[in-house]
Amino acid sequence: MTVQKVLSTLGFYALVLVIVVFAVFPFYYAIVTSFATGTELFTVNYWPSSFSLANYETVLGGRNFLRSIANSVFIATTTVVFALFLAVTASYALARVRFRGRGLLLMMILAVSMFPQIAVLAGLFELVRFLGLFNTPYAMILSYVIFTLPFTVWVLTTFMRDLPVEIEEAAIVDGATPWVIITRVFLPLLWPALVTTGLLAFIGAWNEFLFALTFTSSETTRTVPVAIGLLSGASQQEIPWGPIMAASVIVTVPLILLVLFFQRKIVAGLTAGGVKG
Amino acid sequence: MTDKSDGLSLSQQRQRAAFWFLAPMLAALFFVAAWPLIRTIWFSLTDTTLSDLYGGEWIGFDNYLSLRILESGRWIWRGTLVDPAWWNAVWNTVRFAFVSVFFETILGLIVALVLNAEFKGRGFVRAAILIPWAIPTIVSAKMWAWMLNDQFGIINDILLGLGLIDQKIAWTASVDTAMTAVLIVDIWKTTPFMALLILAGLQMVPRDIYEAARLDGVNPVKVFFKVTLPLIRPALAVAIIFRMLDALRIFDLVYVLTPNSAAAKTMSVISRENMIDFDKFAYGAAQSTLLFAIIAVFVSLYIWLGKVDLSGESQK
Repeated sequence: MTVQKVLSTLGFYALVLVIVVFAVFPFYYAIVTSFATGTELFTVNYWPSSFSLANYETVLGGRNFLRSIANSVFIATTTVVFALFLAVTASYALARVRFRGRGLLLMMILAVSMFPQIAVLAGLFELVRFLGLFNTPYAMILSYVIFTLPFTVWVLTTFMRDLPVEIEEAAIVDGATPWVIITRVFLPLLWPALVTTGLLAFIGAWNEFLFALTFTSSETTRTVPVAIGLLSGASQQEIPWGPIMAASVIVTVPLILLVLFFQRKIVAGLTAGGVKG
Repeated sequence: MTDKSDGLSLSQQRQRAAFWFLAPMLAALFFVAAWPLIRTIWFSLTDTTLSDLYGGEWIGFDNYLSLRILESGRWIWRGTLVDPAWWNAVWNTVRFAFVSVFFETILGLIVALVLNAEFKGRGFVRAAILIPWAIPTIVSAKMWAWMLNDQFGIINDILLGLGLIDQKIAWTASVDTAMTAVLIVDIWKTTPFMALLILAGLQMVPRDIYEAARLDGVNPVKVFFKVTLPLIRPALAVAIIFRMLDALRIFDLVYVLTPNSAAAKTMSVISRENMIDFDKFAYGAAQSTLLFAIIAVFVSLYIWLGKVDLSGESQK
């Protein structure tokens, strides 16, 4: 019995080890590669064998990469602020006020978040051109509303629905208007949910590729994913793997730190967006 | 409900406020989702080109399917529906969606069961599996492209070392393996998301059930299939649907990992290629409309068959 127990415990930890290695190894290997230069890149190294910052200097030395980071920060932040602003009042109405067609409206919002983005690409392309936004950050800010807004509305609605009725009743008895109820009663309670949804929407906007690829045409307006996706070397054949890995590490480390720091909140937000119902 | 002095009942007042609270969001969604969708469908019925967006003329369903009968009596079909490249992309997408979601569900279930057990270092493991999820898709595509590199890639090195292959494989370039490469990266990246959704379902299963089963000496495998699986089925179904919809529209991973490989080209990739790169704007719009229709049918079937209360109305 005890031998069996030891064996099953060992098997369990072996499985845990496999999961962790499989999850972490590609990023670990990207870090190892990002510190390697010259001929070292062309031998397979499982362990860090050198520590050279040359790749990082190459990436950060080119002016456009820093520009891309600035573009991405600006676009993702503006998108999130805009989406949260619209979503707070909308989700209050959807969660706390009974009106006809509410269920249908929620379904429609959910449907928009499942949209294939390619289906609106032609129409958005025309809109972006018409508004004169092509090749500016505002093209992305406009188009990212399509996935950040439904998502934030959906998660904030599920969150607000779970708050007890009593907190609102007291305010209603005192004669507070819905606007006062939102700003004075709900907003203070909503901060944790706002941080979670804001963070998830930020990651979504930061990672978006299709719109950013289609609505930009010059290197200075690219966002980070497009810059990395299209990073090429001096010659067509030679792919600069070292600098690509350095760029990957630079944009991924802040995201990983954010995700690990807000781990519990993110897991809660993800599952509210998915499993509720 | 008490009547206010202005004659509106409280609930009427609240409904009026609700309308004004919803209006800006609805206007925004109309502007960026409904209107562009309508325009895309419109474009698909014209012969618009990228360089002249307003010069298109109505050609009906010719982008989808058209028939010309030559004087010699030969019938010539044209349009997306008889385009082998399109059907290749449809097949690639469907195959990708089913295979990736299948493996993500099985592996996600295993990871979720591990995380649901109590053991030392559970928090650490949960943090570790969040890493693939946190890495941007483009970055993971590049990371894996490097690992799968035919000459200097570590994957070939490992497989050669283990004796599983006898010569280096050009994973992303070769016709036979391009789809496998895309699947490997997608499964790596998305299994954590699946695992977290399933874990949320698992945590709603009362612990007493396991305790009771353990005391009765029931085989854990039997407990899993007879008790756990039926209880988490709703959570599992929702997770699978969400992943499926996501997989059907895949674009970025394929575009960056296996550029120009017909073996991995999906519906989204081929639509954009026609629309933007090949100056067949209307033709690409028709293809993206078809993709939209496929997903719309899929969603309606799911809602209708599953009778899922997604809006959560019944919770109240």
